[in-house]
Amino acid sequence: MVEELKAEVKNLNFYYGKNHVLKNINLPVARRKITALIGPSGCGKTTFLRCFNRMHDLYPGNRYEGEIVLYPDNLNILSPVVDPIKVRMQISMVFQKPNPFPKSIYENVVYGLKIRGVHKKNYLDEVVEKSLRGAALWDEVKDRLHKPAYDLSGGQQQRLCIARALATNPRILLFDEPTSALDPIATAKIEELMVELKKEVTILIVTHNMQQAARVSDYTAFMYLGEVIEFGKTDKIFTNPSEKLTEEYITGRFG
Amino acid sequence: MSVFDDELRNLKEKVLKMGLLVEAAIRDSIKSLVERDSDLAREVIKKDHQINALDVEIDEECIRLIALRQPKAGDLRFITTAMKITTDLERMGDLAEDISERAIELNEEPPLKPYIDIPRMAEIAQGMLIDVLDAFVRREPHIAYDVIKRDDEVDRLVVQVFNELLFFMIQDPKTVSRAVKITYIAKYLERIADHATNIAEMIVYMVEGKMIRHTKVE
Repeated sequence: MVEELKAEVKNLNFYYGKNHVLKNINLPVARRKITALIGPSGCGKTTFLRCFNRMHDLYPGNRYEGEIVLYPDNLNILSPVVDPIKVRMQISMVFQKPNPFPKSIYENVVYGLKIRGVHKKNYLDEVVEKSLRGAALWDEVKDRLHKPAYDLSGGQQQRLCIARALATNPRILLFDEPTSALDPIATAKIEELMVELKKEVTILIVTHNMQQAARVSDYTAFMYLGEVIEFGKTDKIFTNPSEKLTEEYITGRFG
Repeated sequence: MSVFDDELRNLKEKVLKMGLLVEAAIRDSIKSLVERDSDLAREVIKKDHQINALDVEIDEECIRLIALRQPKAGDLRFITTAMKITTDLERMGDLAEDISERAIELNEEPPLKPYIDIPRMAEIAQGMLIDVLDAFVRREPHIAYDVIKRDDEVDRLVVQVFNELLFFMIQDPKTVSRAVKITYIAKYLERIADHATNIAEMIVYMVEGKMIRHTKVE
């Protein structure tokens, strides 16, 4: 791979208590590209994604080994001395189901900044507009920013969550099945948005929808039983994968 | 066995069926020339619509599978290869028809000379076609590579046939019309071998995912 890297996973192992769920994962993450993680349910792709913003720290007994190095700072985000809250400012996540807070559209977007103590109205207004524009939602909500986020449609709610994720100006965006609860039109909007977003940020996406991985991603990693079986350019993985397991999975002949 | 696997197997059988019809057309067209059997030649021409119908049918089936199944990896390469192969097979069928037309014309006139190199070329070209069909069904790239190598022999024979016929034409202008038609037939056979080579190259892609077209095969 000759791409400039935004992050690199080195010998990552992860344990839920005694349960060894991620096994010696090595993976380059190209800067301003979309990397898709695919694999059958239970293969560890969501667990892997959650390592990137230290989500597992929230539960006791979880243990990381190895490194996820962030470039250009050369920072190992798994290091115990690194503050997970700081990591999450730089690496935001969008979840499977839209999960706006029971607040206004405006308050949803600025939430992350406010809890960090940012209260300057002019600045927050600016961030709201920039983030909502970035999430291709601004034109639809600019006249009702103080209305409840729950009034929005599912697709709009998901774009609001993307805006909320963008508000902290992250370097990496993590998407965990971001469209599985959306209809095809809302899905298409999110996919277009992701391609637009990668001009600025690096994206990692977990998806069960292989067409989606094929459509949006530049690189694809196929995972199985906690291991990365194959990683490569998306067009290569979907036309001529090297591993038999990958071939069986993407052609639907698995197991 | 999934429904999709059944569909892929049916597709494979259709391609094979089309290939065998083309092979029979080439064989009969040459037979009609060598044995001066114009009825057989007319039979070949009459049957070409079967090959054309399969060409359309296979294309439609491939498009349907791409739209409905979103094939990937090996399945995708198999289906796209089937589509491309049938284009070559259809052209080979047309060339067998052309051979038959020239045979009918030549059978109207006294024989110029016994046919020696033409049946040899036909035998090689037909062998190439049979082998690529075999390579397709068995997913065997080595057979395909071997077919590609044999194309040179056919190319050599065309030149040989032409040089020989040139000699006849220079000696006696009354032979020109017949000699030109036989030259055409040699050229048709050379084109048939070229199409077999194209198919062989596609089979290497289908099995190995490697594009070897327009490159020199060692």
